Amino acid sequence: MAISLKLNGKSHEVDAEPGTPLLWVIRDELKMTGTKFGCGVASCGACTVHLDGEPVRSCQTYIEDVEGAEITTIEAMADTKIGAAVQQAWVELDVVQCGYCQSGQIMSAVGLLSENPKPSAEDIDSYMYGNACRCATYQRIRAGIQRAAEILEA
Amino acid sequence: MTVNTSRRGFLKAAAATGAVLMVGLRPDGVLAAGGEGAMLNPFVRIGADGSVTAIVKHIEKGQGPATGLSTLIAEEIGLTMDQIGYEFAPSDPQVYNNLLFGPFQGTGGSTAMANSYLQYRQAGAAARDVLIRAAAAAWDADPATLDIVDGIVTGAGQSAPLGDFVAAASGLEPPAEPALKDPGAFRLIGNPDVRRLDSEIKGNGTAMYAMDVHLPNQMVVMIARPEQRGALATGFDDAASKEIKGFINAAVLPNQAGVAVYAENTWAAMQARDALDVTWDVSAAETRGSDQIEAEIRAALDAEPVYNVNKSDAAATVAAIDGAASVVEKTFYFPLLAHAPMEPLNCTIEATEDGGILLHDGCQFPTGPHMAMAEIFQLPMEKIRINTMLAGGSFGRRATPSADYQVEAALAFVMTDRSRPVKLVWSREDDLRSGYYRPAFGHKVRVGLDDSGSIVGWEHRIAGQSIMKGTAFEGFSVRDGVDHSSVEGAADTPYLIPGAHFGLTDTEKATSTLWWRAVGHTHTAYVMEVMMDMAADAAGQDPVAFRLKYLDGGEADQQRMAGVLKLAAEKSGWGNAPAGRSQGVAVHKSFGTYVAEVVEISGNADDGVRIEKVTCAADCGVAVNPDVIKAQMEGGIGYGIGHVMRDQITLTDGAVDQYNFPDYEPLRISDIAQIDVHIVASAEAPTGVGEPGTPPAAPALANAIAAASALRVSSLPMAENGVSFV
Ligand code: FES
Ligand code: FES
Repeated sequence: MAISLKLNGKSHEVDAEPGTPLLWVIRDELKMTGTKFGCGVASCGACTVHLDGEPVRSCQTYIEDVEGAEITTIEAMADTKIGAAVQQAWVELDVVQCGYCQSGQIMSAVGLLSENPKPSAEDIDSYMYGNACRCATYQRIRAGIQRAAEILEA
Repeated sequence: MTVNTSRRGFLKAAAATGAVLMVGLRPDGVLAAGGEGAMLNPFVRIGADGSVTAIVKHIEKGQGPATGLSTLIAEEIGLTMDQIGYEFAPSDPQVYNNLLFGPFQGTGGSTAMANSYLQYRQAGAAARDVLIRAAAAAWDADPATLDIVDGIVTGAGQSAPLGDFVAAASGLEPPAEPALKDPGAFRLIGNPDVRRLDSEIKGNGTAMYAMDVHLPNQMVVMIARPEQRGALATGFDDAASKEIKGFINAAVLPNQAGVAVYAENTWAAMQARDALDVTWDVSAAETRGSDQIEAEIRAALDAEPVYNVNKSDAAATVAAIDGAASVVEKTFYFPLLAHAPMEPLNCTIEATEDGGILLHDGCQFPTGPHMAMAEIFQLPMEKIRINTMLAGGSFGRRATPSADYQVEAALAFVMTDRSRPVKLVWSREDDLRSGYYRPAFGHKVRVGLDDSGSIVGWEHRIAGQSIMKGTAFEGFSVRDGVDHSSVEGAADTPYLIPGAHFGLTDTEKATSTLWWRAVGHTHTAYVMEVMMDMAADAAGQDPVAFRLKYLDGGEADQQRMAGVLKLAAEKSGWGNAPAGRSQGVAVHKSFGTYVAEVVEISGNADDGVRIEKVTCAADCGVAVNPDVIKAQMEGGIGYGIGHVMRDQITLTDGAVDQYNFPDYEPLRISDIAQIDVHIVASAEAPTGVGEPGTPPAAPALANAIAAASALRVSSLPMAENGVSFV
């Protein structure tokens, strides 16, 4: 079925069956590959995107449920104030290793900072719990979020 | 900075520049310089526009070789880090072989920096030499008066960007042994402010992993696999798959290991595979469960070992222990573990216009798949090309001696008319269930102490499934029947232990065995360091002081091990844990690197353990990129701790019980509150950093739990063996 999507401020017409995860429409149809596939069952966070500003797991978000919503992916994060601050902090602290989980980490970090501009270590641990990093860059993710909070405060 | 990880990018970059200077190895192995079309495989390429590109022969899976090897080149030429970019080398085992592996191009055993340190510095120094000589000729100056600073050639009252001399330099012959920079003059090597070159692309979604390959007209293939390992596909019914939009076709793989399901996109492939009804011949399939694997290993530990690993007098060791004032003993069991790199395995194959094959892959051992492709497609090696992409983690999984997933993709492709590229995609379920694991191992150790608390005998039996036997790597690792990877870290411990005897028995393989971050050290370090702790406890001595007794009076090996142990003790406030906290220590040498770790926890096994702090001290020789080393230690610690907390792969009747992350729970951000890493200053040759952080982490945690709870966890994972975590 034809569905119109609003992604990163642009409208797209896609042809997808109901029940298709948003993840695969973004990756395979729109060929935007910053959003990653890690588990497909909402337990790793690699596929995190924003739906009307809220982080969601796109592998468990179905295409028929997002019509009309504002979808934002990692590719548009540099254009947002919080996204740019998080990306800057990530580079300053060299958070990444293999990097495969990091789009999702950043999408969740932006979600956290949007609702809590000065998160404590505990706030970060509980909000970011669902974003797995097999390279275990967690220490730097925590520091990166706190650094981004500083950048935003300045 | 330029980053070209795509084939198109590579070709464009090569074509766009006019004159180029390349420095690398000629086919006869001699370091040489040349211009466009020179018969050499470059380690560095410099364009007339001054752009410098390091050609990185080791795969970047997060451990930092792209940054590390670029640092070496930039240091020797005289560049800043933002004046250098990198590309991955094509597969050519003759040139890019890993010096420590022989004629085989690969990344493993934490060797990337160890084997490239001199090679890449020499390439940089040779480039510098010919550029300076070219400038000297142009300016009619003495080369000794010229220098390259931040990419600018200066001296003799002149200065010009190095790109100006690229054309002339490409015609010069570099010296056989170019003069290397004095370490005292290093500006980049050892500089903690040098940043990774790949941070930006990995933070903005533009980094291209193999999973991100999307070739025109490609098909996505997923493989329907049997529940039981070794079952053979004999047929299938695809009626339900045909209902899935985007399903193209299905075919039994030529080796019957599964059924290839072809589809227009990934989601269609996933659904069509789920809908496929496959008939399996299970007559030769594995039927054992993990209980039987464990029972076999435990029985082997109770029998005389087949191999006397250190060729010692076993009877004398037993007699010394039998006559000892006190004896501590323990039997350990380590389950199967999956690697679970974040990016599920995948690769893409396409036919090229010249009748060859192009593989897009985040592969770790390019030579293996290269040879496998040549065989499957019946093509000479030079008709196969590999586009090495970024890898979303590996931990050993992307380096199977059998080139397992590349072979799967090749078999799926060979069955088609080859008009459409084939992208093979694994799901997380494929990854956790498809059979390549850190093998299960058991250890049984008895340590005898005299009445002053000194060790008089150490009897150590190891039993498990060999990783290397029956693979192409057998000759590399097996001596006199002993697979070194089964005993490394125990039989070759730097501790000077009197009356030590190490025995080994191989048990039958129930799954494919594979190196897993730090290989044999993942179990040997745990046993050595828990036993050391138990012995110290029995002797009534401090665990750090007790260990130091067995490193005292030794050579550099013992001194370096003692060095990291003392540093970790000092930095962690060893012995002075705050109220309510308990500490545990472990020290281990692996891949030439010495690492000590102190884990500090709150709580205890019954009420719940929380890991408050891990303090790490590492000695890896010259620290090329200190911040990358710190990151590798942090990651290695997390990887080691995450798995011993709660992960295992188990089998029931030959079928894997785990499916996805919910039953193979990754380390989470809340599991470790803090990690501090300290690096020992050293002038020794650099050694590996990707793996050595992992081995001491688990035993240090186990020792901290023992300090808090009087519980010695000897079977893993901890959560299944009496420890709760909060
Ligand atoms: S892929 Fe969506 S949470 Fe893992
Ligand atoms: S950086 Fe590799 S999985 Fe997070």
